[in-house]
Amino acid sequence: MSVETTAPTATSAHHLPQVTEPRNAGLPLDLNWVLSAQANTSAIERRASSLPARRSVKKAHQAAWLLKAVTCIDLTTLSGDDTARRVERLCAKARQPVAAPLLDALGMGPITTGAVCVYHEMIAPAINALHGTGIPVAAVSTGFPAGLSPLPLRIAEIEQSVAAGAQEIDIVISRRHVLSGNWQALYDEMKAFRAACGAAHVKAILATGELGSLRNVARASLVCMMAGADFIKTSTGKESVNATLPVSLVMIRAIRDYHERTGFRVGYKPAGGISKAKDAITYLALIKEELGARWLQPDLFRFGASSLLNDIERQLEHYVSGNYSASYRHPTS
Amino acid sequence: MTVSEIFETMDYGTAPESAAEALAWIVDQGGRFGHFIDGAMTDPGEVFESRNPATGEVLAHLSQATQDDVDAAVKAARRAQPKWEKSGGAARARVLYALARLLQKHSRLFAVLEVLDNGKPIREARDIDIPLAQRHFYYHAGMAQLMASELPDAVALGVCGQVIPWNFPLLMLAWKVAPALAMGNTVVLKPAEYTSLTALLFADICRQAGVPKGVVNIITGDGDVGEMIVNADVDKIAFTGSTNVGRHIREATAGSGKALTLELGGKSPYIVFDDADLDSAVEGLVDAIWFNQGQVCCAGSRLLVHEPVADRFHAKLRARMDQLRIGSPLDKSIDVGAIIDPKQLETITKLVSANTAGHTHVAAAALPLEGSFYPPTLITGLHPADTLMQEEIFGPVLVSTTFRTPQEAISIANNTRYGLAATVWSENVNLALDIAPKLAAGVVWINGTNMLDAAAGFGGVRESGFGREGGWEGLTAYTKPAKPAKKWHTTAPMTGEGAPTDGIDRTAKLYIGGKQTRPDSGYSAPVWGKNSALLGHASQASRKDLRNAVEAAHAAKNWSKTTGHLRAQILYYIGENLNARSDEFAKRLDAMQGGKTGIKEVDAAIQSLFTYAAWADKYDGQVHGVPIRGVALAMKEPVGVIGALCPHEMPLLGLVATMAPAIAMGNCIILCASEAFPLAATDFVQVLETSDVPAGVVNILTGPHKDLTNPIARHMDIDAVWSFSDPALDAPIEAGSASNLKRTWVQNGNAVDWHTTDAKRFLQAATEVKNIWVPYGE
Repeated sequence: MSVETTAPTATSAHHLPQVTEPRNAGLPLDLNWVLSAQANTSAIERRASSLPARRSVKKAHQAAWLLKAVTCIDLTTLSGDDTARRVERLCAKARQPVAAPLLDALGMGPITTGAVCVYHEMIAPAINALHGTGIPVAAVSTGFPAGLSPLPLRIAEIEQSVAAGAQEIDIVISRRHVLSGNWQALYDEMKAFRAACGAAHVKAILATGELGSLRNVARASLVCMMAGADFIKTSTGKESVNATLPVSLVMIRAIRDYHERTGFRVGYKPAGGISKAKDAITYLALIKEELGARWLQPDLFRFGASSLLNDIERQLEHYVSGNYSASYRHPTS
Repeated sequence: MTVSEIFETMDYGTAPESAAEALAWIVDQGGRFGHFIDGAMTDPGEVFESRNPATGEVLAHLSQATQDDVDAAVKAARRAQPKWEKSGGAARARVLYALARLLQKHSRLFAVLEVLDNGKPIREARDIDIPLAQRHFYYHAGMAQLMASELPDAVALGVCGQVIPWNFPLLMLAWKVAPALAMGNTVVLKPAEYTSLTALLFADICRQAGVPKGVVNIITGDGDVGEMIVNADVDKIAFTGSTNVGRHIREATAGSGKALTLELGGKSPYIVFDDADLDSAVEGLVDAIWFNQGQVCCAGSRLLVHEPVADRFHAKLRARMDQLRIGSPLDKSIDVGAIIDPKQLETITKLVSANTAGHTHVAAAALPLEGSFYPPTLITGLHPADTLMQEEIFGPVLVSTTFRTPQEAISIANNTRYGLAATVWSENVNLALDIAPKLAAGVVWINGTNMLDAAAGFGGVRESGFGREGGWEGLTAYTKPAKPAKKWHTTAPMTGEGAPTDGIDRTAKLYIGGKQTRPDSGYSAPVWGKNSALLGHASQASRKDLRNAVEAAHAAKNWSKTTGHLRAQILYYIGENLNARSDEFAKRLDAMQGGKTGIKEVDAAIQSLFTYAAWADKYDGQVHGVPIRGVALAMKEPVGVIGALCPHEMPLLGLVATMAPAIAMGNCIILCASEAFPLAATDFVQVLETSDVPAGVVNILTGPHKDLTNPIARHMDIDAVWSFSDPALDAPIEAGSASNLKRTWVQNGNAVDWHTTDAKRFLQAATEVKNIWVPYGE
């Protein structure tokens, strides 16, 4: 099946600087495709476990890859005790994630994180703090993290967040639709969310730790893409199991299939549990291997992470100085 | 490149592993190596170069062993063997354990040296070869420990000559040395001339591990040295390598009494059904045919894709191939390393360039400018009739065809002279577990590939060789029965002249395909009784009758799919019917052989039938504890069609005790009846006819064994030959068996005591272990 690719998304001032991709227009729900998706857990685990040993990235390459990882981070705070000033501190870090002297030593110009990710109430302070930087604000939405508030409220939440200026909306799907095999309901829900987002990009959080099987992950990924998701994302960070390499493999293979059949590139965001620089490299290698280098840009790949950045800064300093670093040497978020 | 440039390109860069330590080890050894004989390195003799295939650089100079070297090594092994065996399993376990530990302690040195010598990617040597080699020594340390309690009736064979290939130098050494040592044998091992360095490092380790002098001997050199080992005074030859050389070794050792195991070539099918996880099946192919540059005997080199998904699958596969990285084997981030030698590169190039069929896709990756490299290649749209679908390429070249139905998949998969391994991808457990037993292969992987472990036997069927390495099943390759056998002596037929004693002439015919048929030759020979009376005439079977019997046996092959319960019922029924006529049979036996032992023989024959009826549904396989989340099912499968030369003595018991284990396990058999007393067999036909034995399952020929030996041994559609007949026939049987590398079981001049046979030995000969790997998980 092949669908005409639409014209590139109109780029507004606060759109992602790298946006050149046509936005995923979605498809009618294709149940044949959804139900034919398979995911062999053992084989996927073998691939995931052998990948880090197959792709070792060293020295200058490692430094460059880590910098790339930084630009793909959705620097996140999703806590009940978030305040405007706490969010400002986070945004300050998003604007200058790696200290200038370190960037100078690496011969790199200024970089920022991919986005800042907050709850609805924190959108305004975030937008203020990021004014003029081009860094988009992402808001988690739709009754995050469980997604069990009334549907009209979930849709209204999206609309209010978009109205508040969020350029990216991270929605949570209803896991029960997946677990009960109600793909139509999942599709309809996702489609409604996408419509509510309007020009804002929508990331569909599958909460893969709660979907029961990798096959369900594959099928839910396809349904969300068919319903127009711009990104698919593993987790809320609140499930007991969050992003893993096997889950990522399943989701990015679904993205690859979707691209092969429709021409649309859907983005991928692993979230939760990625806190080490080495893991970030492995994820980037996985993306490069399975999806290709085009996906290694913040318009198609994000890390949902909060503590990852500090470990990357330490590794970058190690590359520059030759000495292992300490976390207190790097500004906190 | 600067960091900011790489930030844009996101290239991998290089991640080289240092070769310094390994090169330093070679220098420390003087760069010139002798042989490891009797616990010490000899002075280098006439030397040849060992090169790094990735660069062409000379790594070291190795000695070409002379006949004197081989003799010295065999002598040292012979001298060391009795003491090594007597030291006991526990003592040997300690030594094997020390070897495992030392392999672990020096794992990186072994890995890097292997890469320099062989050209395989460091990731494979480091993460697969060396850990598996260690695992083999650990596992067999355990086997040594358990030998006394678990294999009380087994003893060592003696001195084992072992010749190994260049594709997995240390791993193949481990597969050969560990079980041999565990069971109390001593070894003379020759690594391939391209890749001897890790074997020489292993020799170094042997000294540190306290391996007694002479227990392990390692000599280097080319195929001529291998031939010297084959012809040396050894008790067993274990060979891994090409089918052609294997065939030659079979011929060279024929009639020598040397035990033999062969692990040879393959053209293993890789079957993808439409319900498979296609992406995982694509990734599996990377591990199947682009593992070790495709220089793997069990490589999934023949891709069979279900038609509904074939185009999509091939497209995915091509895209995956273009992601493969080819380059310096020492780079931790490459997938495909160097081809072992420019000669092998030429062989691959020639085979592929001679092919004009199908569509060829070559991986997009750039090849290094120097060294011996071949790009990953896929040729789709081939058919079984194309040469590349039949010939082993032994390189990174995958050939592909499609199929419509599971039945067609099996028939294409089995359309090969080889039978080493097979891979099946399907999410349907019914389909996968139905297909696996139907594939002609010693190893089947479901939803995975190239899974190997010491706990699961590895080895093939058909022209992929015989014998298993690993698991309990692998130990029979290095042991023999402890019970001493008596020497075979001939049993001459009676002579006489004159007319029959009873009134009406009886014609004993051949029994082929459930019918009594006259011999094609039209000749019969008289059978005389002890009292010189004419007892009757026996048909003189010829090669044509044998041919017909083989056809009949194949037509009856559904027998192998019957249940053990059903086969037991039929064996009991034969026993019942024989019992009903026991007086008559006893009389006949006495008339032919003289004496009064007939009744005892009939009773023993009935006992034998009951014994194997009992075993028919109890000679179970095993579930091996392999280190995956999953199981390796060691299934005992019938070997197929067996041709058996029955003993001259014990004409009824010998026949029945040969037939019963064979058919109990689901084989079809062609029995060449006692040459001296054939009428016991022809009488027995009437018992078979009344016992519900399906036509063709048992076929009985009479006539001189020497006339039937060659036709049986050389028949390409017979899977095994057993002989309890004249030892003079052992040599032609073993030599002839090289035609299709059928299994042989000859007695090497020993007599079988038919009243006290070891049922397990017969059952073992009647079955082949197939390991089916089933990883699982949701």
